[in-house]
Amino acid sequence: MTTLPPTPGQTVGPFFHYGLEIERGNELVPPHTPDAVLLTGRVLDGNGDPLQDALVEIWQADAAGNVPRGRAMLRRPSYIGTHPVRREGTEFTGFGRSATTAEGEYSFWTVNPGAAADGSAPFFAVAVFARGLMNKLHTRIYLPEASDALAADALLSSLSGEERGSLVASRDERGNLHHDIHLQGEKETIFLAFN
Amino acid sequence: MSLSSQQEITDEIRARHAEYKAAVAAGAPEQTQPDIGFAPYRSSILRHPTKNLKLVDPETIELFSPTYGQRDVADVESDLTIQHAGEPLGERMVITGRILDGDGRPVRNQLVEVWQANAAGRYIHQRDQHPAPLDPNFTGAGRCITNDAGEYRFTTIKPGAYPWKNHHNAWRPAHIHFSIFGSAFTQRIVTQMYFPGDPLFPLDPIYNSIQDQKARDRLVATYDHDLTSPEWSLGYRWDIVLTGTQRTWSEPEGAEQ
Repeated sequence: MTTLPPTPGQTVGPFFHYGLEIERGNELVPPHTPDAVLLTGRVLDGNGDPLQDALVEIWQADAAGNVPRGRAMLRRPSYIGTHPVRREGTEFTGFGRSATTAEGEYSFWTVNPGAAADGSAPFFAVAVFARGLMNKLHTRIYLPEASDALAADALLSSLSGEERGSLVASRDERGNLHHDIHLQGEKETIFLAFN
Repeated sequence: MSLSSQQEITDEIRARHAEYKAAVAAGAPEQTQPDIGFAPYRSSILRHPTKNLKLVDPETIELFSPTYGQRDVADVESDLTIQHAGEPLGERMVITGRILDGDGRPVRNQLVEVWQANAAGRYIHQRDQHPAPLDPNFTGAGRCITNDAGEYRFTTIKPGAYPWKNHHNAWRPAHIHFSIFGSAFTQRIVTQMYFPGDPLFPLDPIYNSIQDQKARDRLVATYDHDLTSPEWSLGYRWDIVLTGTQRTWSEPEGAEQ
């Protein structure tokens, strides 16, 4: 039973980069390695214009479907200067952070998350922050392949076809994933609140 | 598009708050979070979902959080006044508090990140065009890991108020940005801490996007004389409560070997 009222969120504002950026924070695995997958997409507003000041975080199972327990990556951008470089080994941490570019694009080098259980649909847990966005938004990015699992998924099966599409990535011929996040508009992404 | 005046923004804020109060008086639930479609904050207009959030049970990965340990950040990162060759200008102060879940249990070994303007109200960020001086001895970014009591602690200087372009002659109350991880990813929060008695509170659409006064009060730190150091620094206390409860509470998250 929850008793204490929660602290409210506030917008991340326009100046978060030097506070939150982590050097190569969007590389959960080294780029272009054999199992590496590039997950990219844009964050778009209600006019379909890209956001240049959004921050996307992913948190995911490893390729075998296990919850990573490797220490999260914390290396600082070099302009912070005096901080020692820190990263605990090469263990998969499952966490990544990507600020959008001038074109509104986020990107992650990672691996396909595995299914947490037999028959369950693998997905990336996603948090979105932006200037102009008063509070964090949670969503999911599902892998497109496991069609039976996607059909059986508790969340996806509760949505219309179009809504479902806003949560499932597309895969190109090179194996990379693409997924736009629409904060508003006709293609508005389904965002989540948790019980 | 011409900018609204402060009076127009203030009137919009008051009207929205009056509507909210009437709704609560008529039996609507009290809000604990900001209204994401709060039009007095102009940038929010095209940047918030208009559909209701979809209520789901968190699954697997969402019930866990990235793992951190006490050694993952350097001690120097929690003291924003010693990151350069000299001392930054401004009121030196300590900010400390506990991070708790909804049941009052401490959130241990989790990452707290802060960033802020300098004493003149200028961010080091290259997009900040406020013509106030940069401080060569102040970056304004810090990190720490909560201890076993769920406590964080930063030493810094008090940030200045700064102008922005939401409306004509818009000024943000002094604030420090906080980013916090809970023990579940669903508890992730980014927010802002304010200072008590700021005269800019009634004018600010970001602070006032939280329509409930009690909820707004939860973002305001308390001056605490017991946290001060004679001839050295002032002190503020600010506790943070994350949404919901933790997956377990006996499991040591990211404990040191």
